[in-house]
Amino acid sequence: MQSTQTSFQNLRKDFPILQRIVRDNKTLVYLDNASTTQKPDQVINAIADYYKNHNANIHRAVYALAEEATSLYESTRDKIANFINIQNREEIIFVRGTTEAINLVAYAWGRTHITNDDIIVTTEYEHHSNIVPWQLLTQEKNAKLEYIGMDDNGELLLDELDKYLATGKVKLVTFSLMSNVLGTITDAEKIISKCKEYGVLTLVDGAQAVPHMNVDIEKLGCDFFAFSGHKMLGPTGIGVLWARKSVLQTMNPFHGGGDMIREVHKYETTWNDLPYKFEAGTPNIADVIGFGAAIDYLTKIGMDNVREHEIELTNYAIEKLSKINGLTIYGTKDMSKRGGVISFNFADVHPHDVAQIIDEEGIAVRSGHHCAQVLMERLNVAATSRASFYIYNTKEEVDSLINSLNKVARIFKL
Amino acid sequence: MSSNADIYHEMIIDYSRNPINYGKIENPDVTFHDSNPLCGDSIDIDIKINDEKVSDIKFHGKGCAICMACSSVLTEIAKGKGIDEVRNITKQDVLSELGLEHLQAVRIKCALLSLKVLKSALYSYLGKHMKDSQDVDKLKEEADSLY
Repeated sequence: MQSTQTSFQNLRKDFPILQRIVRDNKTLVYLDNASTTQKPDQVINAIADYYKNHNANIHRAVYALAEEATSLYESTRDKIANFINIQNREEIIFVRGTTEAINLVAYAWGRTHITNDDIIVTTEYEHHSNIVPWQLLTQEKNAKLEYIGMDDNGELLLDELDKYLATGKVKLVTFSLMSNVLGTITDAEKIISKCKEYGVLTLVDGAQAVPHMNVDIEKLGCDFFAFSGHKMLGPTGIGVLWARKSVLQTMNPFHGGGDMIREVHKYETTWNDLPYKFEAGTPNIADVIGFGAAIDYLTKIGMDNVREHEIELTNYAIEKLSKINGLTIYGTKDMSKRGGVISFNFADVHPHDVAQIIDEEGIAVRSGHHCAQVLMERLNVAATSRASFYIYNTKEEVDSLINSLNKVARIFKL
Repeated sequence: MSSNADIYHEMIIDYSRNPINYGKIENPDVTFHDSNPLCGDSIDIDIKINDEKVSDIKFHGKGCAICMACSSVLTEIAKGKGIDEVRNITKQDVLSELGLEHLQAVRIKCALLSLKVLKSALYSYLGKHMKDSQDVDKLKEEADSLY
């Protein structure tokens, strides 16, 4: 175990930002990885290398640079297919991030397939990006949005799904594979197998899961899957929508424009093949290439090792945090059902005040509703503080967090 | 102000722990609610108006220490004053009372949410009770441009 921790410690040198001094001469302790992760030199250099040596638009011109750029861009698609076990590379659509991926489905699939009185089911612990697009769609179509509730341990009450499925009106069940607030790992296999019995499609939000554990799309058996590059060492502004080919073929385009067409005439157009039908305009070439470098980096470490490292850190942190008087940790303590995300509240101190005081010690945690106000209502809190870990975090950093919380206790006389 | 944590001085902590004018007013003449989408802070202000004066004012809601302390101080400043005087309360009036003049940008909304609610409440009241709508609209603009 010691050796695993040591090898993870060695990764830190790849991340220039971890050397940053912030505030009053404090070394940065970055614990907001559920929000976005830091980037290693390998990713930063891949983006710079594209702009310095290969910059050209893709898929069109025949000259050398364009060929290189196209090949670099398309190689990321293959890396993604390998990384999460996707059989057909043309099912991988590049988008800006998870939010755009879900909106694409709500728009391009939802507008065609959802009608009056249909039901879309989501859960109480979704990010706003997996709630608001469905509100927009169901309001427009006069359809209904229903929620699978959550128990006090932060786990979904899956019996509620049966009730909805039994109506025969459910068209889509959409849920995150890991909650961005509680870290709960959803029992996706159970949800998907229930849905399959009823022929109901499933969308999985993998934004928090793909960066932190092995994900196998083929095994999962869902119909749509979305995730983002920037939460897994990659650049911002790039993400993936995967969808089953048979489903993609029933969908209209999302955006109209260049690259998504086969032939354009004055009053009619025919669509390009998959995935290009859904990638209108010049895409985010540089960041797709950077994303490829991030996937290489994680592949080299191995996702099982990433998960093991985070379990060890999270266990360590939960054990230490549990000893602080007046501190409430939300979600399950069963690490087999939990990722490296810890949301907490400290007595009656508002999370914003907690975050500000520990920021003075150079510690970056997120405070607020984490784009999950439906969940905040369910927990009956206005906000929480959230520490979330990644490959470069250490037990010493957890200790710094604990020490800084003692300072909060002092100032607020807890 | 060398350190941002210096904002957590005795007065802020006291006000946040024991807020002044916290609660609701039965049958207020005007009540207004607003929230801060960034952090979920949420403030309601109830006002009783007699003889063109704020005869009573109370606030309730959820917020951080800065938000609670500023709401306490603001309601203290407004209580008993004439509507025109209350209209003219500035953000500096609130911030300087608590030594928060150098508050960082990300927290300024915490400090000024209650002032925004108060100005919007007056706008709502005056809109119903005054004829000069142009003058009242200025108040709305002012509330919207506080931060």
